[in-house]
Parts: sequence; C-alpha cells; structure tokens
Amino acid sequence: MSAPQQHAEPATFEFDAESNAQIEKIVARYPAGKQASAVIPLLYVAQKQMGRLTGSAWVPRVAMDVIGARLGMPPMRVYEVATFYFMFNTKPIGRFHLQVCGTTPCMLRGSDDVLRACKDAGHLKGYGETSADGLFTLTEVECLGACVNAPVLQVDDDYYEDLDYDRTVALIEALKRGERPTPGSTIGRQTSAPEGGPLTLLES
Amino acid sequence: MAKVTVDGIEVEVPNGATVLQACEAAGKEIPRFCYHERLSVAGNCRMCLVEVEKAPKPVASCAYPVADGMVVKTDSAMVRNARRGVMEFLLINHPLDCPICDQGGECDLQDQAVGYGMDHSRYKEAKRAVKDKYVGPLIKTIMTRCIQCTRCVRFASEVAGVPELGATGRGEAMEIGTYVEKALTTELSGNLIDICPVGALTSRPYAFVSRPWELRKTDSIDVQDATGTNIRIDTRGPEVLRILPRINDDVNEEWMADRGRFSFDGLKRKRLDRPWLRVDGTLKPASWGEAFRAIAAKLKAKQADRIGAVAGDLVDAESVFALKALMGALGSANLDCRQDGAALDASRPDFWRFNSTIAGIDEADALLIIGSDPRREAPVINARLRKRHVAGRFPIGRIGPAGVDLTYPHQHLGEGPAALRALLDGSHPFMQTLKAAKKPMLLLGRGALARADGAAVLAASWQVAAASDALRPDWHGFNVLHLFGGQVGALELGFVPGPGGKDLSDMLGGGVDALWLLGADGFDPSLIAPGTFVIYQGHHGDRAAARADVILPGAAYTEKDATYVNTEGRAQRAWLAVHAPGEAREDWRILRAAGDALGVRLPFDDLAALRAAMAEASATFAGAFARRGCEDTTPPAGDVAALTDAPFAAAIAQYHLADAIARASNVMAECARTYGEQPSLEAAE
Repeated sequence: MSAPQQHAEPATFEFDAESNAQIEKIVARYPAGKQASAVIPLLYVAQKQMGRLTGSAWVPRVAMDVIGARLGMPPMRVYEVATFYFMFNTKPIGRFHLQVCGTTPCMLRGSDDVLRACKDAGHLKGYGETSADGLFTLTEVECLGACVNAPVLQVDDDYYEDLDYDRTVALIEALKRGERPTPGSTIGRQTSAPEGGPLTLLES
Repeated sequence: MAKVTVDGIEVEVPNGATVLQACEAAGKEIPRFCYHERLSVAGNCRMCLVEVEKAPKPVASCAYPVADGMVVKTDSAMVRNARRGVMEFLLINHPLDCPICDQGGECDLQDQAVGYGMDHSRYKEAKRAVKDKYVGPLIKTIMTRCIQCTRCVRFASEVAGVPELGATGRGEAMEIGTYVEKALTTELSGNLIDICPVGALTSRPYAFVSRPWELRKTDSIDVQDATGTNIRIDTRGPEVLRILPRINDDVNEEWMADRGRFSFDGLKRKRLDRPWLRVDGTLKPASWGEAFRAIAAKLKAKQADRIGAVAGDLVDAESVFALKALMGALGSANLDCRQDGAALDASRPDFWRFNSTIAGIDEADALLIIGSDPRREAPVINARLRKRHVAGRFPIGRIGPAGVDLTYPHQHLGEGPAALRALLDGSHPFMQTLKAAKKPMLLLGRGALARADGAAVLAASWQVAAASDALRPDWHGFNVLHLFGGQVGALELGFVPGPGGKDLSDMLGGGVDALWLLGADGFDPSLIAPGTFVIYQGHHGDRAAARADVILPGAAYTEKDATYVNTEGRAQRAWLAVHAPGEAREDWRILRAAGDALGVRLPFDDLAALRAAMAEASATFAGAFARRGCEDTTPPAGDVAALTDAPFAAAIAQYHLADAIARASNVMAECARTYGEQPSLEAAE
C-alpha cells in the first residue's frame, strides 16, 4: 500500500449531514461498546462522501482519524482495515473507477479486450493509472461474482456485463459525456438468463 | 488439571493451558517467533508446530489448548518436516544479510534456521523488499527483515498502551509500521528491540557497534528511575555498549524504560575524571592529596554543626552509609537526602515505601494516584498498572494535572489537594469506590510532597488510605513512588537530619559553612549561600559541580559494586561493569580516604565490612525482601488542615532529561528534541 505522503492529503475532514444520517443508522446496528464493528461501513460512507463532494471517491487519512475518534478506536486500527481492503482507495482516484475483472471466466470470455478498450478510450496506460483528465482510474480486480455474464467491468458501484471491445468503448464515451448507461447486461440479457431469452420452462 | 504426555514424559498442566506450555513443562523447547509469554497469542508464524496424536495435521502448539490424555510429539518426522516447511517459507522473503545485521548472533531466526533451514534456497523469484520506517530516534528499522510475527504490534498496544503500530496492506504488500510517519510515543520503546525475533527492529545507538560474543555481561540495577529494573550491562573493554533488562517477575518482568536503557552514552561525556580545586576563584586540576588537604584544612576549622551533607538521587547505599558515618564521626547531624524538599516522614519505613510492592499491583482492585504521573516517573511500573487495568475491574482515580495520558483510562478527580479534602469528607463518590475495594491501592507521587504543604499532603493521603481500609496487616495499600534509584536507599539508611540537625533548606540558607554534596544535582546550586565551602563528590559535571570549591571524582552506577534500593524498599546489588575513568574512584573509598585525611578513621576497611555494618544499621540490607502488611496505623506527622489549593505539578517535566546522566547523553538530547513537541510534555513544562 502506498504511503499517504505521496499525494496531497486534505488537512481536515468532516462528515456532512447526509453522511451523518447514514452513520447514525449504521452505528445503531451494533451493541453498545462494539461500535468499532462499524468501521468498514463508515469507511465506505467517507469514501462515498468524498466522491460526492470532490468527484474522487477515496478515503483520506484525516477521514480515517475522524472515523477512529468517532468509533473510539485507535487511528492505527482504522488504517489497518482501510489498507487491507482494496475497495477502499487510500489515494485520490479519477471521477470514474473502472474495475476490470481479469479472473478466469472473464479472461476466457474476453476481458483482455475490455482492458484494451479501457486503455484506448480512457487514455490510460495500465492498471493503477489515472487518466490525465482525471476522469478514469483503472484497477484490476479479482472475481466480481458475475461470471455468467462475463466479461464484467465495474464502474464505481455498477456492473456492466457481457462486454466486448466496442461496447466497452461506447460505455466509456458515454461516461465522458456525463451519461450513466443503465447497469447490467449490455446485450439485453435478462438478468443471468441465457443469451437471447429463456430456453427452458417456456410454458407458463 | 490435565495430564498430557509429551515425548513420553507425563506432565500435569492446568486446564486451558496451551500445548506449548505443556511442552515447556516437560522441558521440551519449542521454536517460536510470534509467541511471547507476556503478549496475547497470535499464532501466525507456525514455527511451533507439533504432532498431536489423533489430530489429522500438525497443530500450532502456542494456540492449541490442552486436553486430558493428550499425547504430543515434539520431535517426530512429521514435526521436523513441518517446521522445515515453515522455515523455508519464512526465508523466502528474508534477506541473507546476517553478516551486516545487528541481530546476528542473537537472532531467533538465525538460530532456528540452523535447526530447520535448508542449505540452499529453492526460491528463484524476486524477493520482496520493504521500505524502512521511522518509528523514533531509538529504534532502527530494516523492514525487509520483518517476518510479520506482530510481536511489536501486540507489545505496543497491550503492554505499552500506545496502539500506534499496526500491519497495513495485505498479502505480499503487508507491512508493519505506523502508516503515518512518527515517533512512537512511549517510554518503553526499547523493549521492541528485545521482543523482535529478527533484525527488523534494532537499537539505533547500538547500530554496527558490536557482536554479542564480544561483550562482557555484568548484572546491575537501573538507577535512573526508582523501579529498580534488573539490567545487564554489556561492555567491551572500557566501554558500556548497551544495557538490556533481565527478567525479574517481582520488579520489571522483562521490560525496561528508555531512559535507563539508552542514556549510557552520557556516562562518557561531561565526566569528572580528576579532582579539582578552586584556587583564587577558578577551578584548577589537583591531585587527590591536594584535594584532601584542602578539605581537611577547611573542615577542621569549622564547628561540627556548621558542616552539612546532601546525598543525591543516583547514589548507592554504600556511599551514603560511608558519608553518614563520616559526618557522624565529625559530629554533624546535618544530613539530608531530600533534594527536592519532599516532606517525607522518615520516622517509619512504610511512610516512604511502595508498600503494596510492584508485584502486589496484580492483586489490587482499586487505585488512587495522587500527584504522580507514573508513566513518566516509572514507566515499567506504569506498564504493570496498565496490565492490571487490562485484566479488568480496576477503577483508577487520579489527582494531578489534567490531560495526562497514562496509557489507560482513569477518572480525573481534580488538580490539587481540594480533591483530597473531598475524598476525606466523603463528598467525592470515588471514596465509595475505594471503600468498596478489597485491596485498594493509593499511589502517592514524590512530586506531591515536594511543596510547601507536602507534610499535609502526606498526612491526608495516609488518612485516605486509612479511611478506605487499605492499612491492614494483610494488605498495605499506601505507596510512595520515588523518582530515582538512590532516593530510597538514603532514606532507609536514615540520611535525614539527626537530633538538632538542619535540613536542606536550612543548610542552603547559610546554616552551614561547609557542604558535602554526594552526587547532589537535584536542586539549584545558586541557592547555596555565597560563603559556603562546597565539596562536590560525583561523576558528572552537572549543575552543582560548577559551584564546588573541591571536586572529588566518583564512580557512576556502572562503575562500582553497589547496592540500590528501589521504591519498594527492595535492596538489590549491582556489580562493576567498567572501571571509572581517569582518577575517579568508588565513592565509599573516597569517603573512607577523606576520613583518614580528616583524622577520623571510619570503621570499615573493605566493602564486606562496610556492608556488614550497613546491614546492622538497617534491616533493609540484611535479608531477603518480603512484602509487609501494615502493623502500625499511626499517621505520619503533618496537619491535614494545612492543605493549600495549589494544583499538583509534574515531578518530571521532561522524561528524557530527568537526571544527570541523561542530561549528558546525546541520545537523550535527540529524544528530547523529538518528543519535546509532544503536547503532554509541553503541558508539563
């Protein structure tokens, strides 16, 4: 994990009203004295808030300190959790987080093309890079659990499935225009049903 | 109890013990990296694998509870094979830099690799490298060597109480560190070096200095706080190279405070290595003979009751005894060892001792701290208090400056004696807590007595102890925490004003014409009346030496066979590790020789005779230490009504610069620079 010193860290962090409302609900789920259990959801709330307010969904160190103070746990324990899970970005990322699944089913179904499309359309050099315009960050992720609709690209929280090179480029161009195409299969597949419609249980 | 058979040896261990403990009970050594007796069990190094009959695979013995009738094999083919496998994995990323590693020769990994390592590596891929971390001026890190046993992480959060170390990242990218670059805010950081099983955390001052087999090891006692930490001084030739703690479960367990461990470089600097004599207003080098003749000429001309003596904070019992004998022979009763002016009642030992004993902390079930900051005054005792806190059900109240972080939560009852009064009249609820406790403990800081109403604070504290039923024949809950290793020894020997004698403030204000300072650096020498003839006997040219008319160079605690008494009243022996520099001599010999020069022959010619006389004078030095209950509840002198409202101040403002040796140390100076910015220290200044 990269040390926090290698990029600019904000000097302060404060949860806004929206986050605070969420936090209250989350913390209330745990019995008194076990508030530290809420650390993962709170990190997620912080990351979301950063995305909402700055356009870059990441968790600055000060945010981890704030979470530690809020949950009554030493800051180091928060750092450990935040750096353990790759879902938490400990350094700034682009506006859109392109997460390419490269695990076997996606790889067999053409994730290399998806990766190439991301690089070409997003002007990215490779994994871990953020494009010069600050729009995209490219990350390789392990199995996203959507193998039936492989290959999969996760953009922030949304899955785009059944991709190929062209459709991935189209998706990224749409994102550039500020659009958010409907998540899910890009070939009109109904959830995880077979391509082209159901093949069994046809009679109702 | 569970019966366990280990390699054919049957042992009985308590239920809930681990297989590793059973193996140790059977005398079998189990290799381990992550397991440490005084830390929680992590079970992540896998080196302690043993075979348990009916278990399908090797089990990690450190984390596996025993069961009755269990049969354990610690040296079967399966075990050896498993440990070899573990070792091979551990060595995958461990660099082969033993020749330049400071842990070399005393490295657990090195030793175990001899037993379980292969003669070659099958690993062809690139090794992992980790950036070194900064964790403070005392610890050097080479993080590539880290095998991620997490002992340091557990020590920092469990024993030291500063959860600032952790493991960030995951898998191949996991690293041990602080994440945010900063010096660990603990006074126990040196212990991280001891518990690190490899060379990842090593001593910065000791870097590239020596190999363990070149060192001569001498048992000694740390005098730089009043804990009486058992230490081992490692020397090569005339130089002290490092100081390590020894295990003593009754005193320091196996921990040691940083000031005692790292300030020994101060023993080489600012030393008094020859006698000096003030001639026409300036100090000039002199011989021993000249110095003694000058002293004799001055002292013989004075009346006995115009001569006084003050003992310092780091002095050994033998030299205090010799000085008392010398003053007695001269006919003076002007003695004092309370440089800070602490209003200690010297009439009975339990008025100044840590009566519950350090090991007794484990039994206590409530604690009231009065005017003390144990974290900075005695870090190892503070770790013991923290250990008790972690065990649970240990309410702690503290009266003293606000905002002090003791590494464990506590209730702040007030800043000054007003809180004491509230406890006494029962208006403060914490009094009920103390009364409800079966073994309440009261910890009175020496700093709380070094003030105008000190005697009243002492009396009030005693009354609180009495009111909470802490003064019983089976439990003595009244404790005074002293600051330095020489303070209690002098009290035990009665180095306080005798009948008609003057105390320190009387002596300073012109009450004496000649003043013998034995390592006494603890007060402002400018307070000494201008006409007073000052003899300074000590090892460091610190505050008082500049004011002296005669300087007699003495030996530091590493340079003499001596006895020190810790805050409990436990007399412990230290041995000579190196010889004193230049013409400096052991202090009791100087005093013996001075007696001859003054025409009074002291009744001991060697150390054995001196110690025999000392044992006769005080039972403390006669037998083994034992915890005592409170037989006599008569309160110390002092009027509770004299309590003022002045808040208690910190006795040790700057931990790293608290004594003469530390003030001469470059390492401590760097620590003070590093930690000087810490708010807790700043607030105390």
